[in-house]
Amino acid sequence: MGHRTALYDAHVAAGGKMVDFGGWDMPINYGSQIEEHHAVRQKAGVFDVSHMTVVDIAGAGARDYLRHLLANDVDRIEPGRALYSGMLNERAGVIDDLIVYKRDNDYRLVVNCATRETDLAWMESQAGGFAVDIQERPYLAMLAIQGPEARATLAGLLDASKADAVNRLKVFGFAEDGDWMIARTGYTGEDGVEIMLPNNDVVALWDQLLAAGVAPAGLGARDTLRLEAGMNLYGNDMDDGISPWEANMGWTLVLNDRDFIGRQALLNQQQNGHAELVGLVLEGKGVLRAHQKVILPNNEEGEITSGTFSPTLGKSIALARLPAGASGKVDVEIRNKRQPAQVVKAPFVRNGKAVYKEI
Amino acid sequence: MSEIPAELRYASSHEWAKNDDGTVTVGITEHAQDAMGDLVYVELPEVGQVVAAGDEAGVVESVKAASDIYAPVSGEIVEINEALEDEPELVNNAPYEGGWLFKIAMSEETDLDNLLTADQYQAQIESE
Repeated sequence: MGHRTALYDAHVAAGGKMVDFGGWDMPINYGSQIEEHHAVRQKAGVFDVSHMTVVDIAGAGARDYLRHLLANDVDRIEPGRALYSGMLNERAGVIDDLIVYKRDNDYRLVVNCATRETDLAWMESQAGGFAVDIQERPYLAMLAIQGPEARATLAGLLDASKADAVNRLKVFGFAEDGDWMIARTGYTGEDGVEIMLPNNDVVALWDQLLAAGVAPAGLGARDTLRLEAGMNLYGNDMDDGISPWEANMGWTLVLNDRDFIGRQALLNQQQNGHAELVGLVLEGKGVLRAHQKVILPNNEEGEITSGTFSPTLGKSIALARLPAGASGKVDVEIRNKRQPAQVVKAPFVRNGKAVYKEI
Repeated sequence: MSEIPAELRYASSHEWAKNDDGTVTVGITEHAQDAMGDLVYVELPEVGQVVAAGDEAGVVESVKAASDIYAPVSGEIVEINEALEDEPELVNNAPYEGGWLFKIAMSEETDLDNLLTADQYQAQIESE
């Protein structure tokens, strides 16, 4: 038996099909992954993401520590704002991707569950010389409420001050109310919020959301939604042998205002060239999947890192790591046959609409 | 509990087979479609293709994975369910009716004896 979130019984009661995910028993779907996907694109869905690891970084050295630890710069944001960053090794490989929330006196990080132990060990190993206190917060549950109607429906269930936060937050802004942290962030390409709240509070909120018509959505829909949104999945699209340049994360790098772990390797790679992570839309038959081979017109090769059928577009889509400058038509090898695909710039879908551009 | 019609025979790889005077209709079981989740693509054999029992004869792909389909009996493919090209979800919604995959003109009647009965198939999925 794996770890269980505070919502385990609620998932089973809602018909959740439970699977192992990074040592946690989590719902893959509640009947139909595609219906859950459409619910998030068209109305509202709720995901239990309590398996993710919440780590608070406090102390007089917290700012300097995070500017050393992360490839994005926490000085780019004001308190009350969140930032997406990679945490790199010296070779600029991505140890993990994370969200950092900047509070008045400290910082909160949310990292992946599958990388929890390596992340915590790395963070501890890099803390020497900094006055920081690193604390995991296992008593917090986390819900992602996503979709065009998500914020309005949620606000109707909360007390006035929390509802006000939900209504007023800007994208990537957050607010705290007692033990609750409410952030206008997500992993779906739709509007919505993520809420960290005590395990003791989460079942009541979950029940209210379902009663208000918000669809429970599982890890399956979470994956198709994030892929349509062109968002990376750690372990698929990047890992500790892949740099941000090779994972379409160049926009998260702040290279020239300080030294940080992996900076020199990033500068070297920037100069010497590197593969790129791009989108593919399948024009032939089948479904794009991770590890399928991509063949360019000049016979250079690349590989799909994540692939699926896009419920919104009705086509198969993928992220693929290809040689620099790849564009136009390519072939993908599916069951020993070549199928044509178009190289595109992700995201594929934002706010319910197709937005990808051919390159 | 998933439905396992008593009048059909079953392969351990989760296909069902229904014999009508030597023409065997093939599909995947309720249990198999439920385990795969929403189907989004079905690749069927060609009409006229000759298959031996146990040969790969198609692929069903759900949102999460691809799964090979094996011919439960030997013979020639005589019909395929063309509706599945546009509506692969028929396999989820009606695995024993509108979601059938293909029909085989059976060359070896005894192939049917090598398949599982409904009770045997039930016992197999309970032990998985």
